[in-house]
Amino acid sequence: MKLDSNIPEGPLEQKWTKAKFDYKLVNPANKRKYNVIVVGSGLAGGAAAATLAELGYNVQCFCYQDSPRRAHSIAAQGGVNAAKNYQNDGDSVQRLFYDTIKGGDFRSREANVYRLAEVSANIIDQCVAAGVPFAREYGGMLANRSFGGAQVSRTFYARGQTGQQLLLGAYSSLSRQIGLGQVKMYNRHEMLDVVLVEGVAKGIITRNMVTGKIDRWGADAVILATGGYSTVFFLSTNAAGCNVTAAWRAHRRGAGFANPCYTQIHPTCLPQEGEHQSKLTLMSESLRNDGRVWVPKTKEIAAQLRKDAIKPSDVAEEDRDYYLERKYPSFGNLAPRDISSRAAKEACDDGRGVAATGRGVYLDFKDAIDRLGRPLIEERYGNLFDMYENIAGYNAYEQPMMIYPAPHYTMGGLWVDYNLQTSIPGLFAGGECNFSDHGANRLGASALMQGLADGYFVLPAVIGNYFGKEIPVGKVGQYDINSPEFVEAENAVLEKIEKMTSMKGKTSPRSIHIKLGNIMLDKCGMSRTDAGLKEAIQEIRALREVFWSDLNIPGDKNDLNIELERAGRVADHLEFAELMCYDALDRRESCGGHFRAEYQTDEGEALRNDDEFAHVSVWEFKGVGNEPQKHAEPLNFENVHLGVRSYK
Amino acid sequence: MSEKNISIKLKVWRQKSNDPKGHFENYAMSDVSVDSSFLEMIDLLNEQLIEKGDEAIAFDHDCREGICGMCSLTINGVPHGKGNLQTTCQLHMRSFSNGETIVIEPFRAKPFPVIKDLVVDRTPLDTIMQAGGFITQRVGSAQDANANPIGKDVADKAMDAAACIGCGACVAVCPNASAMLFTSAKMGQLNLLPQGQPERYRRAINMVNTMDEEGFGNCTNIGECQAACPKDISLDFIAMMNRDYAVGSVKKFFATI
Repeated sequence: MKLDSNIPEGPLEQKWTKAKFDYKLVNPANKRKYNVIVVGSGLAGGAAAATLAELGYNVQCFCYQDSPRRAHSIAAQGGVNAAKNYQNDGDSVQRLFYDTIKGGDFRSREANVYRLAEVSANIIDQCVAAGVPFAREYGGMLANRSFGGAQVSRTFYARGQTGQQLLLGAYSSLSRQIGLGQVKMYNRHEMLDVVLVEGVAKGIITRNMVTGKIDRWGADAVILATGGYSTVFFLSTNAAGCNVTAAWRAHRRGAGFANPCYTQIHPTCLPQEGEHQSKLTLMSESLRNDGRVWVPKTKEIAAQLRKDAIKPSDVAEEDRDYYLERKYPSFGNLAPRDISSRAAKEACDDGRGVAATGRGVYLDFKDAIDRLGRPLIEERYGNLFDMYENIAGYNAYEQPMMIYPAPHYTMGGLWVDYNLQTSIPGLFAGGECNFSDHGANRLGASALMQGLADGYFVLPAVIGNYFGKEIPVGKVGQYDINSPEFVEAENAVLEKIEKMTSMKGKTSPRSIHIKLGNIMLDKCGMSRTDAGLKEAIQEIRALREVFWSDLNIPGDKNDLNIELERAGRVADHLEFAELMCYDALDRRESCGGHFRAEYQTDEGEALRNDDEFAHVSVWEFKGVGNEPQKHAEPLNFENVHLGVRSYK
Repeated sequence: MSEKNISIKLKVWRQKSNDPKGHFENYAMSDVSVDSSFLEMIDLLNEQLIEKGDEAIAFDHDCREGICGMCSLTINGVPHGKGNLQTTCQLHMRSFSNGETIVIEPFRAKPFPVIKDLVVDRTPLDTIMQAGGFITQRVGSAQDANANPIGKDVADKAMDAAACIGCGACVAVCPNASAMLFTSAKMGQLNLLPQGQPERYRRAINMVNTMDEEGFGNCTNIGECQAACPKDISLDFIAMMNRDYAVGSVKKFFATI
């Protein structure tokens, strides 16, 4: 596998300008001759499809939902970062760049992150022009807030629905292009493979989820904007339909997968109610500003609380362990996401967890209510307390909330060069499904920024360059969906579906997904060990055996079949999970969202190993059940100094 | 917490693909946790069906936190079930009592044909959006975001309208299967903002005409839509749409748009 990051020469702040000037252009009259496939209609995919169509390319866009407006970008609450410095508080492109590099624990590419910070300001301009109703001040100017511990207020927001408004903005532009006929939209279509002709991506295979029909689609370039893989844990804050299939299928066809072990766990989610529940609802982390986190000091008290025999307010002060305040006296309840998540897991592993499942800790507002009065707490968190009561059935003004961490975002993804091209020529990846900008940990309000940066600004530019350079007008449309490559890919898809549906065993796809999730949460989740990861690999293999010998999918494959859809996704998760464990095993250091128990300081802090691991781990597929091959892309830091994160 | 579990009976609409007729099927569930959500209860029912070799009930859902708008279902005759400001995915089993019979149907509206079981086709709502639910502008041409101040009251009102999740409950609950609340929400958002002014009346005409062409009925001021709306979209936006449509029609008559 050849890994050339294609970072432009020159000083950091001139790289993107230089790249854009060096990019080849396509004559306006020729653009309509090119076809582009975009898979996914979220911030990255929806924005890219709309923008490429505006430029004049013919776009075919696919999504698995019933409408492009459903993509899971819609669920982001907090906001979108941009280096506008509207608040005159010292923000700049340079500062957003530095914060993102540091937040990523020095495991991302300088040039990509700088470009992200640079285009961030344009994102806000573009969204406002499209009619996104951002929050405003009385004078009519845009409002900002500080988010995720940033020292400047650079986060733009639309109530608690920023993701929704940004996505609907992109969807508006996409709708316009669909109406004009420049984008052909295919809802309820799931991509099941990428087709390569002579090593170059030339199309995809999809399943029509209503009729079960398998279709071949050809194009001059293929863009994947298919999101992250948190659902490998079964339990996550992601939408039920989110999956790794598109990225994994591309990986199997030769696209390198980068840093799959970098996953982010969000500390303040509602605890799981029972084993069958896959979706955990996330509540704003701002709750930790006033809430105190605790579990009982003894297992006995915890057991009584789990049975509802006593109320948490009955537990005496001396029987409570405010473990974050105890372990991290200076940051206390505001310790970063990874640290507070890990501490919650440790308390629960110790048998002191609460909630019916034993997987929960208290977030107590009693002291804050006594100190500030209930009206102020209502004003600050009223909507969150209402949401909590609706889901959990408890009034958090009277009894503490119960929270537990849940997988939330994945920083790893398909490896891409500076031009967002994967290691397969002609195959591009944008948004959460690539690995490029967040290193080992993502900062709050940066996911929306990256999705739109890729979709509105980067992908449209790099696709033009790819066409200008690699596919001159005379070579446009050189693919035939009846060629052996397309037929072979379709047959492979059909064969897999036939195998899954014909088994008629005893095990449901969902029950296997639950088991896989338990393995991953336990051994490749918040804290990982050499021995645990090796066990996990064996357990995943055994589970895969069960899947491929005892699966039960009632119903017809040529019909809307929700269990067949689920089974296909679980099948890919079962292969992908193994890669994740290999990556976590190989990265013998702790950084960002990746914590290896063997590599920590005496105080239990993550211990990075810059000498051996300041690189991107890019994995090459070597067949199911075979050890993947690792390639390393070194990370060179010419503009920042590699520091240490400390929260004591 | 087994003392909090309930037993329920379900009457679920089952309809095969391409079959114009469906029927109710009866199911019984015992030991359902009142803390589980309504859709998790259906997940469990489906697991039971699969175990027996029966086909799982097809239903639409995705984010499960009330924002994507993909979940539907008419529960005991009410789109998204009884209760204020919630989608089906936010409904919990504690809203039901032990021994209760729950009737589950798809969203019922002529423009939303049933695809299978509880899944309906809501793409006509996308078609309305394609007719005018946008501001015509291109990426790369935007001026600085603060160059054009927008009063907080205007921005807040636009946001009230923009909160629509496009679930279609307003259509499903309306005796006329009207999409006026949905259409007026997007139109209201864009027609309130200064950026949306140049296309204001053209947008009104195009979206309303498309709404009619797609087979949605007219508004007779019943107001069920506002009551069923999980995002509290106000009927006021329908009034605003009617006004913009009327003005637009006059302008069109005099050929000024």
